[in-house]
Amino acid sequence: MAVRKPPITTREYWAPGHAACAGCGCAASLKLATKAFSEAMEEKYGDPNAFAVAQATGCMEVVSAVFPYTAWKAPWIHVAFENAGAVASGVEAAWKKLGRKGKILAIGGDGGTADIGMQALSGMLERWHNVVYLMYDNEAYMNTGIQRSSSTPYGAWTTTSPPGKYSIGEDKPKKWVALIAAAHRIPYVATASVANPYDYIRKMKKAAKVDGPAFVQVQCTCVPGWRVPPEKSIEVTRLAIETGVWPLFEIENGDFHNIKIQPPGGGAKVTREGGKIVAIEFKKPIEEYLKLQGRFKHLFKQPEAIDVMREQIKAMWKVLGVEVTLPKPEE
Amino acid sequence: MAESPFKAEIERVQKEYSEKMTPGAIVYIPGSSVVNKTGSWRVFMPEFNRDKCTRCYLCYIYCPEPSIYIDEEGYPVFDYDYCKGCGICANECPVGAITMVRETK
Repeated sequence: MAVRKPPITTREYWAPGHAACAGCGCAASLKLATKAFSEAMEEKYGDPNAFAVAQATGCMEVVSAVFPYTAWKAPWIHVAFENAGAVASGVEAAWKKLGRKGKILAIGGDGGTADIGMQALSGMLERWHNVVYLMYDNEAYMNTGIQRSSSTPYGAWTTTSPPGKYSIGEDKPKKWVALIAAAHRIPYVATASVANPYDYIRKMKKAAKVDGPAFVQVQCTCVPGWRVPPEKSIEVTRLAIETGVWPLFEIENGDFHNIKIQPPGGGAKVTREGGKIVAIEFKKPIEEYLKLQGRFKHLFKQPEAIDVMREQIKAMWKVLGVEVTLPKPEE
Repeated sequence: MAESPFKAEIERVQKEYSEKMTPGAIVYIPGSSVVNKTGSWRVFMPEFNRDKCTRCYLCYIYCPEPSIYIDEEGYPVFDYDYCKGCGICANECPVGAITMVRETK
């Protein structure tokens, strides 16, 4: 038999032995991101190691850098919760002055990006630094014990949004940082998911190759925070795509009229008009996504909250220019 | 797997990072977390059936550790020193070449 090769480089920038939970989706997402980044740098500059990482405090920083050990095999700097964007800008400016070729990868969680680091991120994008910002979105402050963030979806249980007699859990819709980043009219903005690795690798490489800032938001599972069994970690993010909860899209140069949408799969019927996706008919109800996760368990006693969730998902797709129909589960 | 691919690295870390304190508290060896053998966390271990494998590399891509490597023929190799036994590889394998079995000592 002929020797086959994996679809991505076997160079590792993320070493084993880190302290992430078994089945951590975020660890898988960072592993793939650094591999894709190094491939892109090799294709663009001929040097696979022409990048540095600036990482905000968060789960992946805590698990990868337990003193005196580090899981990183790339130049890496740990910065405070709020300034991954600012530090990445500084590193990029220094590299420019030194005449060094390469690109900076800034990494933040959803708390470090959507809440605390929003201003530094906005400044970095607005100053047009040659940096890729990767937001790994596990939808709460998982590292400090599952507190809600602005990226927590509607209806989710967290320790600071407990469901009960007078509450359905988190009662505000999710903040879409990718759309805020796209409003800076930067060259490239994308959302991705660990459950679709080929699409994620392609987007990461494209983001690494553009001249100027880029922003990638990747959804990844938190096993203890989402209350999922570790082996279902990837499956649950796949269901998020297939039920319409998580859209995969790309926005270039802030052009909201030409958003590229990736077909969700899972049997969904896609209608195109002039090459653009204008309508998607999902075949899997969002209940399939919700029932796998303990954080949405209480919603099955309050079915009206799931209908509110459906309306919010429809409204979010409408912003992307797509009419969606979401089925209800069969009785 | 006969010998850990990180053997030299582990020896270097253990030699230079004595008593858990580095000179000046500097972390200067990249990937030094390999000294933490996280395989002890495992309850279920993946068992790999080479005959069923189609070499789609999904296990290799999804493994969060990474504790799956690729050998010369392109087949995945499991490193039980670091595998935390999450079971993603067995759950995602499209041909069922990986099964999770309870580990016995």
